[in-house]
Amino acid sequence: MTPFVSFRNVSAHLGQKAVLHSLSLDIYAGETLVLLGRSGSGKTTALKMVNGLVLPTSGDVLVDGKPTTAWDLIALRRRTGYVIQEAGLFPHFTIAANVGLVPRLEGWPPQNIQVRVHELLSQVGLPPEQFAARYPRQLSGGQRQRVGVARALAANPPLLLLDEPFGALDPVTRVELQRQFLDLRRGLGKKTAIFVTHDVREALLLGTRIGLLHDGRLRFLGGPSEFLEAKGEEVRAFLTCLDLKRGL
Amino acid sequence: MPGGLMHEILELSLEHLFLVLVAMAIAASLAIPAGILLTRRPFLRSWVLGFANVMQTVPSLALFGFLIPIPFLGGIGRHTAIVALVLYALLPILRNTLTGILGVDPAVRESAVAMGMTERQLLWEVELPLATRTILAGLRIAAVTTIGTATIAAAIGGGGLGVFIFRGLASIDTTLLLAGAIPAALIALAADRGLEWLENRLSPV
Repeated sequence: MTPFVSFRNVSAHLGQKAVLHSLSLDIYAGETLVLLGRSGSGKTTALKMVNGLVLPTSGDVLVDGKPTTAWDLIALRRRTGYVIQEAGLFPHFTIAANVGLVPRLEGWPPQNIQVRVHELLSQVGLPPEQFAARYPRQLSGGQRQRVGVARALAANPPLLLLDEPFGALDPVTRVELQRQFLDLRRGLGKKTAIFVTHDVREALLLGTRIGLLHDGRLRFLGGPSEFLEAKGEEVRAFLTCLDLKRGL
Repeated sequence: MPGGLMHEILELSLEHLFLVLVAMAIAASLAIPAGILLTRRPFLRSWVLGFANVMQTVPSLALFGFLIPIPFLGGIGRHTAIVALVLYALLPILRNTLTGILGVDPAVRESAVAMGMTERQLLWEVELPLATRTILAGLRIAAVTTIGTATIAAAIGGGGLGVFIFRGLASIDTTLLLAGAIPAALIALAADRGLEWLENRLSPV
């Protein structure tokens, strides 16, 4: 099976600073790979390399078998859904216009866009008749984040990139959205997702596989159950967070 | 008040407005694109802003004087006045265009790029709309200053309400001074209010 996204000996610098050191990693169609790590571990940089927001200083990031440096980045990005913390919604667009953005850029006919937007808003639990015409500032954080997910799914991209999408939410809303993400993933079938988080509980809940990054290096790669049994120092450091919660 | 004076006030006010409008139109069409360019070319920023800053610090009467001996741009008359007014108006427009665009939430800009917007779409659909308020505020500051500074244009034969003021100064005639100063102040107030209204009207957020 050929991987859908493939990191081949990828190193990356942000300015002068080396953020990733010869990372090699394959992501297969249909899986949700969670990149777990502390702040500064390089996980967000790795994610941004998939849609060409950051380009490798050496090595290749292949998407669909083609290096990001050879892709038309506009085309690559339009078929890659992207969700970030605080959603990054356009404050001057209505919810409908935010969700329908990529379809519009792709030149869909307006009535198709409207149908798609309504469908997505219902899917993420925001009744369109109530929300379509509102502006992002009129929504709660959790609602904005749902809109962010809907926007990323709008043009039905095969690949989703999520950068701590639920990081800024209160714990209760976070759990709600994690559940919804799992439901969505079941409903979406063969969608590939790369999910960045520093929350080990979230990683275990959402990931079909977990990649643990530390100081720009991959320290662990495997399924959630293997992660729980793994012996590496950084894995243990993350697992302690779980023990602590149990202890309390 | 004699009818002749009223007539002259009207005439010079129109001349004053003309000076200001032409200068503002030129300044805006130079400074807004330059401001946009500077957001894309950080290394040019200090040079261009430095130039605009220096222009702003030259005392206005002196600037009009400096321009007189310069060929094409300078000389006596209206167009020299306009050149000087343009130089004055550049900085606030330039600076506010730059601040407005750079002030767009990085998360919003990043998601625009990540959604696959082209450079042009990013500018027209995201950056400029979100910077509208700040850019218009720059135009407002520039307009109000230009209306005031334009009174000095009369010193080099540029016409406008300054004609009254200089005549009033020369003949120590308060009526003439006021005939220049009051309409200039009223025009400035109206411009300030009008552009403020436009700011609230046009800004999408």
